[in-house]
Amino acid sequence: MSEVVVAHHDDHHDHGPDKGLARWLFTTNHKDIGTLYLWFSFTMFLIGGVMALIIRTELFQPGLQFIDPAFFNQMTTNHGLIMVFGAIMPAFVGLANWLVPMMVGAPDMALPRMNNLSFWILPFAFAMLISTLFMEGGGPNFGWTFYAPLSTTYAPDTVTYFIFGVHLMGASSIMGSINIIATILNMRAPGMTLMKMPLFVWTWLITAYLLLAVMPVLAGAVTMMLFDIHFGTSFFNAAGGGDPVMFQHIFWFFGHPEVYIMILPAFGIVSQIIPTFARKPLFGYDSMVYATASIAFLSFIVWAHHMFTVGMPLAGQLFFMYSTMLIAVPTGVKVFNWTATMWRGSMTFETPMLFAIAFVILFTIGGFSGLMLAITPVDYQYHDTYFVVAHFHYVLVPGALFSIIAAVYYWLPKWCGRMYDESLGKLHFWLSFIGVNVTFFPQHFSGLAGMPRRIPDYALQFADFNMVSSIGAFIFGFSQVFFLYVLIKTIRSGEPATDRVWEGAHGLEWTLPSPAPYHSFTTPPNVTDAEAHS
Amino acid sequence: MANSTDQSAYYIPHNSWYPFLIAAGALCMLAGLGNWLNDLKAGDEPSHLLFYIGSATLAVVLFFWFAKVIEENHAGLTNAQLKRSYVWGMGWFIFSEVMFFAAFFGALFYARALVLPWLGGEGAKGLTGEYLWPEFKPEWPVMTNPNPDVFQGPGESMAAPGLGSWGGYLPFWNTVVLLSSSVTVHFAHTAIKNQHRGKLLGWLGLTVLLGVAFLILQAEEYIHAYNELGLTLSSGIYGSTFFLLTGFHGFHVTLGTFILLIQLLRAFKGDFRPDDCFGFESASWYWHFVDVVWVCLFIFVYVM
Repeated sequence: MSEVVVAHHDDHHDHGPDKGLARWLFTTNHKDIGTLYLWFSFTMFLIGGVMALIIRTELFQPGLQFIDPAFFNQMTTNHGLIMVFGAIMPAFVGLANWLVPMMVGAPDMALPRMNNLSFWILPFAFAMLISTLFMEGGGPNFGWTFYAPLSTTYAPDTVTYFIFGVHLMGASSIMGSINIIATILNMRAPGMTLMKMPLFVWTWLITAYLLLAVMPVLAGAVTMMLFDIHFGTSFFNAAGGGDPVMFQHIFWFFGHPEVYIMILPAFGIVSQIIPTFARKPLFGYDSMVYATASIAFLSFIVWAHHMFTVGMPLAGQLFFMYSTMLIAVPTGVKVFNWTATMWRGSMTFETPMLFAIAFVILFTIGGFSGLMLAITPVDYQYHDTYFVVAHFHYVLVPGALFSIIAAVYYWLPKWCGRMYDESLGKLHFWLSFIGVNVTFFPQHFSGLAGMPRRIPDYALQFADFNMVSSIGAFIFGFSQVFFLYVLIKTIRSGEPATDRVWEGAHGLEWTLPSPAPYHSFTTPPNVTDAEAHS
Repeated sequence: MANSTDQSAYYIPHNSWYPFLIAAGALCMLAGLGNWLNDLKAGDEPSHLLFYIGSATLAVVLFFWFAKVIEENHAGLTNAQLKRSYVWGMGWFIFSEVMFFAAFFGALFYARALVLPWLGGEGAKGLTGEYLWPEFKPEWPVMTNPNPDVFQGPGESMAAPGLGSWGGYLPFWNTVVLLSSSVTVHFAHTAIKNQHRGKLLGWLGLTVLLGVAFLILQAEEYIHAYNELGLTLSSGIYGSTFFLLTGFHGFHVTLGTFILLIQLLRAFKGDFRPDDCFGFESASWYWHFVDVVWVCLFIFVYVM
């Protein structure tokens, strides 16, 4: 848009990056830090992916072939922890770093040095966590939910490092959220009112509040574990008047908002991409904002639906069942709005759009299986089976992860100034789409038939579904290595991208040159209606 | 055009080695603490070195980092918008602290309202108590734990006596000390606003003294609990919730007192102006927060 003035000054604020390693260690630049987050997250994704493939290799056939059960437990635990805290969450923070300042017309994040600190805590924390796998007694083996007393009385000694690792990750998330909140509330360009903000910014604002509210509770939970293990307290020990179930309540008070922390930014990404390729404004912008806020609010009053089978008063079961089902309403609003945005749009199907459409369909499948799990008496049957595994992988892999991949394809030309190869991108999409469904769809069936999760061996009746699932997992895993190849090829030798990149793209980030300059908006841009509301 | 003295430009520090060193220091500190605790648990001679290196790194780098921010402010780099970012930052940091305490208060309420009656054989999950420890009688404070062989109950609790005997009740005096300190820190703030240096130093100094007095009384209370009451961390759920709630509060008071002490030193240097005293203001917000937590503690841990 010609009326958008993008000012560049040659004053001393406009220096470029440092040279060499110092640039990455000491940077305060939101784009550098965003890049660090994204590459860190991709590294963790591959490490967690290798663990997933070790699990699927063992489960390829019934019987114990490759690894012993103790190591299998460490793999399921660390796969979950690494994917949740190391891959998905940092990827979204990386995207927020790259995009939020550009989208709201800010020069950088509000607190740039703290931004660097939020990132650099993570590699250290994960180095500590992963190193426990090589220590005497092995790494964490109690599941990513680390229920007491598995994680206290019966835990390996390395649980101490796991606890401190969680403290570090929590500190990182809290500082990251504070930064995002301050940036969004304080750094918007004049004219960028709250209800003109791109939905990615809105969803991240709400996510940041969720993080601020629940990461300290997680810190409290692991602190109680630490004291139970080392200082003789009895929070989670009934012999001293505590209760292991109390751990589950505290954990899921964190854990349920946590799963929305991993999906709300995904909603934001999809709400940016679908209007671009449908060439229509987002249908129901206001209702999208309110739906996001409603989901966030509801996330605080549904936690015990993870615990229907541990025993809880009937009133509690009913309350948590109904409140959980209520979430389907705002989520339904969202799915409706995405579909209505595409309705009669001039649609094209570039790679980001393919991933976004797959997100809408497959996330909805995950949402429906969630609705099934919300029904208390039904959950008695499904609890801790592969049905649950299928459910949350449907919302996390073709949900959260697909949205991240879509975002990378969508904004990569803006980040590096080069266009990815469309046919390679589409190949990556179809491999991923097929791989993810072949992996996780059969798990619905084995789960409904009663196959328990987190067990290295299974009854013969589950053999076929597990073999199919393992084949799908390898297709999916190797197609992400292919993604790495597509990324490197784009960054090194992609065709130069235009500033607007996509014909139908709106938003302040597209008014900047491609690649985006080291400092985005040294002076605030004018926000026109054409660039708002996408 | 933006330049270094132009107040309209948002100051973006070019680069900084502080955050990376803080992250590395935090890792050393916590990994060192992990080694220490695991050595203790295994009965080995504990190794403290890594912990001390990490803690020292944190302390030194934080000192330089804060000094740098103050220096930037004096150089006129901190415009009004950046100051608002600091305000948002501190405000939401305090909110996250509230949620940290909420986890421990939640544990206290859950244990008292649900766990203990169940362990006593009542309600939806009463069977646990009936089968395992049928002789357990739920009461608060818990003086005899469900399994006294594993967790020996406290000899006496810290629960408040009748109103008439509050004169000899240490936590009551702690409440008085801490509530007064919230008032004195407010007077110190007013003194900055009125540019009354003498009053600022007096009230702020008094606040720091009250903080120290609180900590001394709290230490006295702990010594009393351990030596005379037989109330320890391992006295069951009462001791667990009591010491973690009051302990983390005490830790926050220690931090808050230290932060206020730094503000006192800055006040001696004449760092604060009526329109430019964010360091002091954020310290005082933190102090009020610590105070509110104590009031909740006093009500729910000691009195009720």
